[in-house]
Amino acid sequence: MIDRRALLRLAAGAGTASLVAACGWDGGNAVRPLLLDVSRLNDWVGEKILFSKHRLAPEYDVAERTAVPMFPSYFISPMMPMLQDPKTWRLQVGGLVRQPLTLSIDDLQAMPRTTYTVKHHCVEGWSAIATWHGAALSALAERCGMLPQARYVRFDSFDSGYSNGWDLASAMHPQTILAYGMNDNPLPPSHGAPLRVYSPTKLGYKMTKYLVSVTFTAERPGGYWEDQGYPWFGGV
Amino acid sequence: MTFVVLAGMIMSGLQIYTAYARFGERGGPYYVNAFEGHGFPSWSRLGGWLAGGLNWHFALVWPLVAGGVLYLSYLVWSGEWRSLLFRPRDIRGAIEMQKYYLRLRKDHPPQGKHNPLQKLAYTFIILLGVLSVLTGFAIYKPTQFSWLTALFGGFQAARYWHFWAVWIFTGFLVVHVILVFVVDPASLRAMISGWYRGRFPSHD
Repeated sequence: MIDRRALLRLAAGAGTASLVAACGWDGGNAVRPLLLDVSRLNDWVGEKILFSKHRLAPEYDVAERTAVPMFPSYFISPMMPMLQDPKTWRLQVGGLVRQPLTLSIDDLQAMPRTTYTVKHHCVEGWSAIATWHGAALSALAERCGMLPQARYVRFDSFDSGYSNGWDLASAMHPQTILAYGMNDNPLPPSHGAPLRVYSPTKLGYKMTKYLVSVTFTAERPGGYWEDQGYPWFGGV
Repeated sequence: MTFVVLAGMIMSGLQIYTAYARFGERGGPYYVNAFEGHGFPSWSRLGGWLAGGLNWHFALVWPLVAGGVLYLSYLVWSGEWRSLLFRPRDIRGAIEMQKYYLRLRKDHPPQGKHNPLQKLAYTFIILLGVLSVLTGFAIYKPTQFSWLTALFGGFQAARYWHFWAVWIFTGFLVVHVILVFVVDPASLRAMISGWYRGRFPSHD
């Protein structure tokens, strides 16, 4: 009798589990907010406990690079975002800064150049290796006189409003750059020309492509995928 | 409870796997994998889409790891580990036990609560559980824990071992439950309630 009851309980448990799965359940209105709360907790753990601003991502040999056609890229616009006139493109740097800046690619290339060959981690589970060239975001923050009230950075693009919000610690990491080059060449349009955010401390979707502005803020900015439920911190 | 959490972890894991259903760097070569290129059917997945699967996975990992740590601390604190952990001195007993099972020996060798082969199996499963969690961290933070990721052979290898550790774990669980039904159904009650009233006095 007892065993039969235990069996029934097991069956009921398994039944509920498969019923839940049959719906591809994301938690529904009751559980989804709880899952997002835990995701915020995980963001906090990821930023305050697991992330180190001094720890550098491992670098690879250029021979280990992934062939460019094999390195996936994407955009949210129906067509690949391209500038009508690349010469008129400027990066706006503003928000909580002493001196807002308007910079051309030449201005960015005149800054000290950071180059590294690192592994790219996508939230989907794939990875690929490439070399990136750019200017450290921390150097830019210094140049525009970032104010002490700044706690986050918002990156905006010309890809149908795609944007990302970052914690300041990750943004000021020495390997976080505004990249204008990939694999010894100018950044190709498929990977965000003329300028994109790059950092081996973040998942791919956090690294805004087709960049138009960098804004230092006191409030936490959302982001394209983050607002749809993807982890906000997205650190690796 | 553990069963529900584990089922949720596995099902959200299948949801995550479906986003990139292979192991290996972009451009290949890929690791040997019977499930390559195939997502799992929707009834076996939890989360609805990748973000949902991730959020379930990273939420359920808290009770799973907390339960695991509590269980391991209980084993250490209560001294129970002595009857579960396979140690070098159990090797001889394991061989004798194997002989008995293969009918090369007639009498059942003397044993404590669990025989040496059971100890071997339980020790293996605990190591497998620890491996699942560690490979999980290696995938979760491959830059912050790059030493751990490197220990498993890199990011894609860690994904591979994470995936297979769970299949082996699940296989063990199925065999374990079948054995319980065949050998001693009363211990099923003990598994759930914690009290045993069956025919094996050593289990009291």
